[in-house]
Amino acid sequence: MNAATATTAASTSHAELGPSARGKVAMVCFLTTEAAFFSTLIVSYLFYYRNPGPGPTAAEVLDFKLPAIGTVCLVTSSLTIALAARAASRGQRDGVTRWLLVTVTLAIGFLIVTGIEWKGLIYDHHVTITTNLFGSTYFTLIGFHAGHVTMGAMTMLVVIELIRRGTLGPAGFGSVELVGWYWHFVDGVWIVLLFVVYFLALK
Amino acid sequence: MSTLESTNVVPAARPSLFEQCVTTVDHKVLGILYLLASGLFFLAAGLEAALMRWQLMQPHAGKLDPDTFNELFTMHGTTMVFFVGMPVLVGFGNYLVPLMIGARDMAFPRLNALGFWLFFFGGLLTYYSFFAGGAPDIGWFGYAPLTAYAFSRDTSTDYWILGLLVSGIGTVAAGINFVTTIVTMRAPGMTLGKLPLFVWMMLVDAVLIIVAFPPLTAAQIMLLLDRSLGAHFFDTQEGGSALLWQHLFWFFGHPEVYILVLPAFGMISEIVPVFSRKVIFGYESVAAATVGIGFISLGVWAHHMFAVGMSSTLDAIFAGATFLIAVPTGIKVFNWVATLYGGKLRLDSPMLFSLGFLSMFLLGGLTGIMLATVPIDWQVTDTYFVVAHFHYVLFGGTIFAVMAGLYYWFPKMSGRLLDERLARWNFWLLLAGFNLTFGPMHFAGLLGMPRRIYTYAEGNGWEVWNQLSTLGVIVQGAAFLVLFVNIGRSLRSGKPAGDDPWDAWTLEWATASPPAPYNFEVVPEVRSRRPLWDLKHPDDPDWRYE
Repeated sequence: MNAATATTAASTSHAELGPSARGKVAMVCFLTTEAAFFSTLIVSYLFYYRNPGPGPTAAEVLDFKLPAIGTVCLVTSSLTIALAARAASRGQRDGVTRWLLVTVTLAIGFLIVTGIEWKGLIYDHHVTITTNLFGSTYFTLIGFHAGHVTMGAMTMLVVIELIRRGTLGPAGFGSVELVGWYWHFVDGVWIVLLFVVYFLALK
Repeated sequence: MSTLESTNVVPAARPSLFEQCVTTVDHKVLGILYLLASGLFFLAAGLEAALMRWQLMQPHAGKLDPDTFNELFTMHGTTMVFFVGMPVLVGFGNYLVPLMIGARDMAFPRLNALGFWLFFFGGLLTYYSFFAGGAPDIGWFGYAPLTAYAFSRDTSTDYWILGLLVSGIGTVAAGINFVTTIVTMRAPGMTLGKLPLFVWMMLVDAVLIIVAFPPLTAAQIMLLLDRSLGAHFFDTQEGGSALLWQHLFWFFGHPEVYILVLPAFGMISEIVPVFSRKVIFGYESVAAATVGIGFISLGVWAHHMFAVGMSSTLDAIFAGATFLIAVPTGIKVFNWVATLYGGKLRLDSPMLFSLGFLSMFLLGGLTGIMLATVPIDWQVTDTYFVVAHFHYVLFGGTIFAVMAGLYYWFPKMSGRLLDERLARWNFWLLLAGFNLTFGPMHFAGLLGMPRRIYTYAEGNGWEVWNQLSTLGVIVQGAAFLVLFVNIGRSLRSGKPAGDDPWDAWTLEWATASPPAPYNFEVVPEVRSRRPLWDLKHPDDPDWRYE
């Protein structure tokens, strides 16, 4: 789509700003692979939950306060990225940038909270990936989730930069909705982890 | 390729063949690259197999030491599954799916190229281990705790993990691309009910890739963390479980068998009707059976683990699920046979290989039912009987179908026909060599010969079966030599094929051979399952009856 038709599309019909069918199908497929991937890590976490070997268990070292703050960050960020997608569907360049920046900030907040939690585990409780099976499974599972949060935030920064340069005009704003799907998925995985990892460990 | 010569490009600006291959995003060129690369790996895997058979020909042969033998069977299995079977099918899919559905290319051409190069370099990385201190020697299934650092201190296992991770990501990319292409880019009028059966099977295949590969990726990452960072997932000395690895590996590994055979079913479903001059018998049931196989295949993985000591309840459940998968598979076999029944059969090479597929795959399926019966499995597990079974399924199934597909679509890809006389030599040599190699393994296995052993004592009655097997490898080698000669001669001086040498009915035959980069000048509107038949027979089109 060239610039001229893009402008016409933007001015005539908002419906055309949505993601293309190809993008939607591919994103659903991609999220399915991600779901299968995380399911495997979660199954492995639960497989060893009762018998983590000598050393600390989840119930002994996990705290509920920090992940609660992280959950607030992520749930709020699902809302803000939905607002970014709504701005995109209306063709509002500044609105997209603003809400994406808020989302990235919340993601960074979540990562900081995870960092504080990990620092406590590593320095106060002496749990690392090598300590025992709890350490191995916990750091792998939570680590991969945090990695996905990082990737999502970086994708949003790329989108923001592309919008700033004008490379991603209103015609390409449909991609913001797809980034949103990815982000909702990452948040959804976190809610599952909240139950599987932290609720299970409540005394 | 040939079309480039007719354009007005200044010769100096024309990229070399090498540059074209490296930079291409055309699904047809990528498809051929997949076929060439998997052919290369096939040679390597064949050589590995031949060396193993050389060693096993006599008791106490002493031609190879045990470590080398372990490396050979690991690399043979890994190569055949990941670098031959899947890429050759993905290659055919890449070439054919857009042509069959009337699209100009795959949905994401650059992702497509990335997928190919990830597979190719993943394969090279695995093979590089030979030069980096030794190839992997853990079996293609990488059972814990053999893969633990304690038992595998060199880097070979890391090469195995990394090579498969890289190529696995490429395969998943291809899977996503196939689903997107098939769902969103069909020609006008081509509803899901009018999709060619090969495309149907590629669709189910791609969904299986999407669901089954990430668990393998996750398991391999855990193993890598064990080996590199000191985690304990599969480290049995620290409470890690060898059983978890088996569950995760076979949760991938069993659907993988269907990933390897569904596109082969698809090829047979395209070829048998054309050479019987009949529409396929029961199109709907073939497509539905494919979806059924896809679902059931995700629930049978533990039938690889009957001997591991699961509860008898679990054994019974997985045995039942495995019997169940024979139903849709049987439906397909009956459909193919019913298509043959009463047809005007033309026994050209694609049809010959299809008939070879039907009979050999049937034998493999029957021993599969035997193995699904838990007590029989307990008796023959990890013997050559199992080796014979899966070679009848994967070689007799996938490779015979791929050969049928190669003879069928080679004229489309190259614009030239293959020689039928050489094709017949190829077929009969391969059929004889295949049965001579893998048939005796049933008997060696029933006599108790375990798989993966590098040598054996005389007097068990295994010698004669092993000698026959080794003899069979030589015959198979001759068969493939004939194939390569045939391809070489055809490319140099083969008869021009024309657009539609087999008088076929699907859309890929509606365009030139080889097709132009944009595939179709005008995409015909599809009104039935045999769009090209409709074009050829406007007086009696299919859509009147569908």
